[in-house]
Amino acid sequence: MAGQRILIVEDSPTMRQLLVFALKRMKGVDIVEAQDGMDGLRKVTSDHFDLAFVDINMPVMDGLKLISLIRGEQNLAQMPICVITTEGAKEDRERAISLGANEYLTKPIQANKVLAVAKALLKLEG
Amino acid sequence: MSETEDNLGADRGDAVLAIFQRGAEFTKQILEENTRLRRELSEVQLRHGQAAQSDTEWDKLRGELISKIEELENQNDAILEQLRSVEGENLQFAERYVEVEEENNNLANLYVASYQLHSTLDPSEVVKVILEIVINLIGAEIFGVYVIEEGTDELRPVASEGEPVSAFPMLQVGEGLVGRSVTEGEVELGDPGASGGPPSRGGEPVVSIPLRVDDRPVGAIVIYKLLQQKDGFSALDNELFTLLAGHAATAIFASRLYAQSERKLSTIQGFIDLLTK
Repeated sequence: MAGQRILIVEDSPTMRQLLVFALKRMKGVDIVEAQDGMDGLRKVTSDHFDLAFVDINMPVMDGLKLISLIRGEQNLAQMPICVITTEGAKEDRERAISLGANEYLTKPIQANKVLAVAKALLKLEG
Repeated sequence: MSETEDNLGADRGDAVLAIFQRGAEFTKQILEENTRLRRELSEVQLRHGQAAQSDTEWDKLRGELISKIEELENQNDAILEQLRSVEGENLQFAERYVEVEEENNNLANLYVASYQLHSTLDPSEVVKVILEIVINLIGAEIFGVYVIEEGTDELRPVASEGEPVSAFPMLQVGEGLVGRSVTEGEVELGDPGASGGPPSRGGEPVVSIPLRVDDRPVGAIVIYKLLQQKDGFSALDNELFTLLAGHAATAIFASRLYAQSERKLSTIQGFIDLLTK
């Protein structure tokens, strides 16, 4: 588990803090935060990450745009991405998945679900 | 006696001798067979004798085996009982683990909410944090934040989500679900059968969370609609309501006081600068 790097792209400080709180339960992970889609894109293209949590509704650049740009980069095509959104409808889920997201979490977020998704996408046991 | 008669006599003697020799050999074989059979007989008789003697020993051995079986069965029962006990304990541990995980989850949400509420003294930032908590941690789609106008009994909407602030009506302290919750200082849940839609379309509140500082009402958070995937309110939501009722009110009050004191400080500083010029 040592050395796993996770990127959180979320404009809400409350949500960022909750995600960090949940993910820090995994030992040895390095978590980097981005405040919007553009900030997230800068970070993901300049550094290596093993997983990204991306909020959909963000200023400057929304999450769906960010995901499509990430998937357009050859070296990022396989990076696991979990989308976080307020939208619970099945169509929204399918849209996010069709754009390249691997998993989908709806608000209100539960810390244990964040942890479970992270472990699954990082292929960790326990 | 003639030669022929001599030869004939010799031949007859050889034949008799051969017969006697064959007879002797046959007799020897018979005797050997007899000895062997006698030996076997004596062995059989010996075994028969021994078998006849171990009936009591067989009974004793059977008794010992039965005791051993009973002992092993008792041990087996004891082990099964221990296994059931361990399984029961494991189940209790698993249930307790789930409870602890849920509690941990809830505490994480409450910690983050509390931390964020008290992380700023800017009134607009405090309101923004309240909006984030209600959207992200409770899961509300349409809601408004009300404050009591100073010197009046009116609740004025100051912030909202899902609808513009102008869509939220002015409310009266003491009247209706919201007014009642503010007066009594208790969270009030709306009619579960109500549409819970936006206020601009006549929707009724789903829940009213009174904001109080030192038992003095300062406002309310009124939720009109929950997110689609939110079924209802959980124990965590009730905890968040309680947290918001106290901490959000304190945060708003403190940030306003700070803002006022900052303004007064600037004013006083301005006067001092004027006087000292």
